[in-house]
Amino acid sequence: MQRKSYEGAVACLPVTIPYRRYSTNSAQWWLGRALHELIKRARLQPKDIDGFAVSSFTVGPDTAVGLTQHFGLSPRWLDHIPFGGASGVVALRKAARAVQAGDADIVACVAGDTNHVDSFRKMLSTFSRFAQDAVYPYGSGGANASFALITKHYMNSYGAKREDFAKICIAQRDNAMSIPHAMMKKKLTLDEYMSARPIADPIHLFDCVMPCAGAEAFFVCREDVAKSLNLPSVRILSTIERHNAFPNDPIQVRGGWELDIGELWSMAGLKPSDVDFVQTYDDYPVISVMQFEDLGFCAKGEGPQFVRSHTLTNDGTFPHNTSGGQLSVGQAGAAGGFLGLVEAMRQLTSQPLGSQVPNANACLVSGFGMINYDRGLSSCAAVLARAA
Amino acid sequence: MIKPLVRPRRKDPLKRTRLPLSPQRVRSRTAHGLTAAAAEGRFALQVCLDCNTVIYPPRDACPSCLSARLPFRDVPRGGRLIAETTVQTSTEQYFRERTPWRVGTVKLDAGPVVVAHLHGDAVEGERVRLELKLDKSGSAVAMALPEKDTENMADDPHLREMICDPKFRRVLITDGRTTVGQAMAKAFSDAGASIVFVGLANPWKPFPGMESLRTIERVEIVPLDVTDTESVTELAEQNGGRIDIVLNTAEHIRAGGVVDRHGLTIAREEIDVRYLGLLRLAQAFGPILRFRGADGVNSAAAFVNLLSVHALMNWPAYGGYSATEAACLSAAQCMRAELRPGGVKVVNVFFGPLDIEWFQTVPPPKVTPAALANAVVRALQHGLEDVFVGDVAEDIRQRLAVNPKALERELAS
Repeated sequence: MQRKSYEGAVACLPVTIPYRRYSTNSAQWWLGRALHELIKRARLQPKDIDGFAVSSFTVGPDTAVGLTQHFGLSPRWLDHIPFGGASGVVALRKAARAVQAGDADIVACVAGDTNHVDSFRKMLSTFSRFAQDAVYPYGSGGANASFALITKHYMNSYGAKREDFAKICIAQRDNAMSIPHAMMKKKLTLDEYMSARPIADPIHLFDCVMPCAGAEAFFVCREDVAKSLNLPSVRILSTIERHNAFPNDPIQVRGGWELDIGELWSMAGLKPSDVDFVQTYDDYPVISVMQFEDLGFCAKGEGPQFVRSHTLTNDGTFPHNTSGGQLSVGQAGAAGGFLGLVEAMRQLTSQPLGSQVPNANACLVSGFGMINYDRGLSSCAAVLARAA
Repeated sequence: MIKPLVRPRRKDPLKRTRLPLSPQRVRSRTAHGLTAAAAEGRFALQVCLDCNTVIYPPRDACPSCLSARLPFRDVPRGGRLIAETTVQTSTEQYFRERTPWRVGTVKLDAGPVVVAHLHGDAVEGERVRLELKLDKSGSAVAMALPEKDTENMADDPHLREMICDPKFRRVLITDGRTTVGQAMAKAFSDAGASIVFVGLANPWKPFPGMESLRTIERVEIVPLDVTDTESVTELAEQNGGRIDIVLNTAEHIRAGGVVDRHGLTIAREEIDVRYLGLLRLAQAFGPILRFRGADGVNSAAAFVNLLSVHALMNWPAYGGYSATEAACLSAAQCMRAELRPGGVKVVNVFFGPLDIEWFQTVPPPKVTPAALANAVVRALQHGLEDVFVGDVAEDIRQRLAVNPKALERELAS
């Protein structure tokens, strides 16, 4: 069956609560700040929000239901999407369908996490049953170690070099220089990247995101609702989502995008070269390279060459992770899955926090997440466009 | 290739003793199927009875056909190491003290992919064999070893964390008067133990084998009577800090049941030597073993119990004896929980009738003291926790697994 378009549903009101390395506040506090900012800027009351999707790892023991009472919301549509790096696009596509169907008028999509001293270790050790049983007891290197194995294998298989990953990290740092709340805003040189402290070979310090506290949020509503609220909006041309693709690959060399890539571009009516910038999920750089391949910008194994032949800064030939991504801004838990999407909305509505990508009319945002055992299970992507 | 271990120097008594830490111990209930296999040195993963898929990590439904019939079965342990990394930064203090720590991705011939600890001689891209080991927390982990044995293999520092190799360790054998005790002294000396303390009650009293016991290299006779609390405590006070493995060889084997034995004299003796003897040793040596669990190359490593396999199911011909052995087994289970925080293993070695005078009337097959001793050393070298020695012990283990009631009835005849 032909998939129905997202005609009529839009995303608007990108909100970021400035990140902090550590916070003594709770996840509820961070989510609350983001909701507050949404209603303030839309000049609405909490009761006007009739749909609520929340993504958080550290909000326990609360659920989305508990949060409605905490925040004084009475939504008629509610979802909890703790999908890590896939949270943003997944929230967007679910909310868009709810709005199209009339199940909700204004859906607030909110992601946020706190970062207490020691909360990261606790999260790693209990992230999933497979992590507890079959990963964490092995050196307790967390995602660093899991991605080290994936990166090592990718380098062995396709000839990627550390310099290729360096190029991605350095370009993102350049893009982050004008982002006020970025965790890392010191210019990164190739020398510094190459000589950084080893974390889990071949992963070194600047391949890793910095865990921090923060929140991101946006609205999904009908186009006419956005207009009546005077909110500039972006159109959703297409989306895809996939979990646990390719379970028989002995080690991850691709994400689920590869299964759904044809549909993504045909539904959007665009081809990869038509987008003006790309936001990939960048925890760690190797997964960004896989996204270049699996989302159709180059063939499998050609990622390293693709990186070498492009400039990835906002003024370059392939503007990528235009606010600096998680590698520079930081990873505020599940908000990391919203970061690229929220930044894309800013670029497409000409209200960037940092530098503007020239002629930003269409973009691709992709998400990736959840190292349950040895690989990231969730992948998703959306093609977005500036409102007509 | 692994550099051979250097015999540790005498410890500076003024230096602080490094306290034991553990990797994460928590596992799902299903994952403890791996712990059971590791305890016996088997390589067992879940196998789906409906579609034969070999499954890892442990699951409660088959990812191929959703069947719930997923018993742990021995499977081939060969595979290829397809990626490796060296963890330099860890969130757990245990690993932070021991980095760099190598882990890797192993694609097993049997199907699944296992993230495993790496032996120093396991090479990326090459074939490896996986073993399940009990780490310092007492839970099972997979370790990739080179496909074929290499020189000094057991000296790999990460492997040594998972095993209780007697090499360069100091062992206490609690009773050298028995043939089993003497065989143990020989086997531990041969295995490279740096001191073999052998306990003797009334050492001036001659006994068969006394001369040859004294000639075994690195044997040191110490006064020890496990029925005398003072004697046990005194030895622990004098030498406890330099004993890394305690092996209880005190034995008291008498035929006779419960109804058909007259009076309690024998039962009291048997309980005094075996059960109370174990408690005396546990109370005197347990705390210091637990404290010294991370004390360098010759850290405290194990407390070994020799138990009749009839601790698991009473053998009425030796019914009183079986009951005492069962009490010792129960105490050993408790000791496991108590010594685990130190990373010290409690090894239970179950044997069938021994080839010694106290089993004179019992028909073969029987276990020679030397065979028992070799099995104990091997168990420590492999880091096992439950060991069955001899055909009778293995027979009873298997019958227990199938039908304990049948075994109960059959042992009576």
